[in-house]
Amino acid sequence: MPSRIVTLKLNGAERELIARPSTTLLDALRETFGLTGAKRGCAQGGCGSCTVLLDGRPVVSCLIPVVTVDGSTVDTIEGLADGDRLDDVQQAFVDHFATQCGFCTPGMIMSATALLDRKPDPTRQEVTEAICGNVCRCTGYEPIITAVLAAAEHRRGVPLASAEAEV
Amino acid sequence: MALRQGRGYAAVNYPTGMNLGGDPSQALVHATTMGGFVVTLSSVDLGQGLRTVIAQCAAETLGLPIENIIVDTADTDTGPHCMGTFASRGTHRVGNAVIMAAREARDVMLQVAADELEVDAEDLETDGTGFIRLKGSSEKKIHVSDVALAAHFRQGRTISGRGIFLKEPSTPVPETGEMDPDSCQAHACTVAEVEVDDETGVIEVLRLYNTYEIGRALNPAIATQQVEGGAWMGLSHALFESTEPYYPHSREHGPVDFTEYLMPGPADIPAQTSLFLERPAADGPFGAKGIGEMTANAPIPAIANAVYDAVGVRLTSMPFTPEKVLRGLDELRAGRAG
Repeated sequence: MPSRIVTLKLNGAERELIARPSTTLLDALRETFGLTGAKRGCAQGGCGSCTVLLDGRPVVSCLIPVVTVDGSTVDTIEGLADGDRLDDVQQAFVDHFATQCGFCTPGMIMSATALLDRKPDPTRQEVTEAICGNVCRCTGYEPIITAVLAAAEHRRGVPLASAEAEV
Repeated sequence: MALRQGRGYAAVNYPTGMNLGGDPSQALVHATTMGGFVVTLSSVDLGQGLRTVIAQCAAETLGLPIENIIVDTADTDTGPHCMGTFASRGTHRVGNAVIMAAREARDVMLQVAADELEVDAEDLETDGTGFIRLKGSSEKKIHVSDVALAAHFRQGRTISGRGIFLKEPSTPVPETGEMDPDSCQAHACTVAEVEVDDETGVIEVLRLYNTYEIGRALNPAIATQQVEGGAWMGLSHALFESTEPYYPHSREHGPVDFTEYLMPGPADIPAQTSLFLERPAADGPFGAKGIGEMTANAPIPAIANAVYDAVGVRLTSMPFTPEKVLRGLDELRAGRAG
């Protein structure tokens, strides 16, 4: 099969690349577009560190041939912050020490973002299910669950912990 | 057949650092033209929070806001020597080295400030907001950024300092085996509460209570995170992680990836409560001991003891699989029948 031109709406901007049939979405993000937030952990969909949003749904980008998602909308961790201003999920991760080595963090945040975009008022159980495909080896998960619940509260109008600290 | 609850505890003493031929780390500190202070290290932060704690040590010693500290752990080829990030040694060894380097840099900073203010350096103090002040005076002061500019462009000085922590080599006394292998020891106890299904053999860890004596907790939030993340890893070792039954042929047949290698997920975690007892260590940076590796230790025997309390099965090898629990229960029943 020949290479093909693939168009993506990537973090809000139209982008094109020439992709071989075997080029994964993760390869395209990291190698072609230089977006290295999504990590290559296991390369077989088992760790979740490559999670990005494809048309709003969380996917493991290492398993998706990019030629199969031509014309899709892709959102990555790089698209969340507004310049240096972190978005609410990112800020909640900082506030609640939900990151240590950081390797799982972009995937965790994208899985959490997909959940909160769909359901701004999740239960703890729903948070747990949303991130159950994302492996973390450092934190023990509790701070991550706490952070996602705090971000959810923020979307319902409760200030983030850091917002009080800034006043 | 029933769900049986049990409680067990285990304690751990854990050495800070090691001593196979000496255990040194070095640090260099220097001021930028703008009054930032760069801490140059070869020590690596792989997520344990070393950069944060080192910045705290430097800021506290220099008497400056933590925002003034730039921790540079870039390059082990060109940075000052460090033995490495292992043996729970980073905070203790590197912290001590950074404090020593920051003290030397602080002395120069105060001398430069004294010359600018035309006072004696011994009469100066830092106020923690970035100013260096004449003690007892509210007006006689100079900001660190002005001190740095003066040093660079008027006085011709480098505001810098050198630091090293060296634990000297110690060899065993032949007659007694006595030696001095570490610097200080941290202590901890974990209480585990479990529920064991005596029909399926599945163990669920409900709660962990962790108490740690780690000298001084330089950053209590990071220390708590280390304790609870480490306890998660202990729980993971206790209940799940194994390359069995394939060892030593695991590369061909065993779990080689995250889809097959079992670890607890976010739905498998116990509720944790963690406390610190602070008894500052005499040789620690601001009294801190190491808290790296020990955090995975105590949960494992605590869980084993809790299982024994719950169903009377004494588990002696990890992981504590349902099969081992059921075999233990069978032996108990056979013993009773016999």
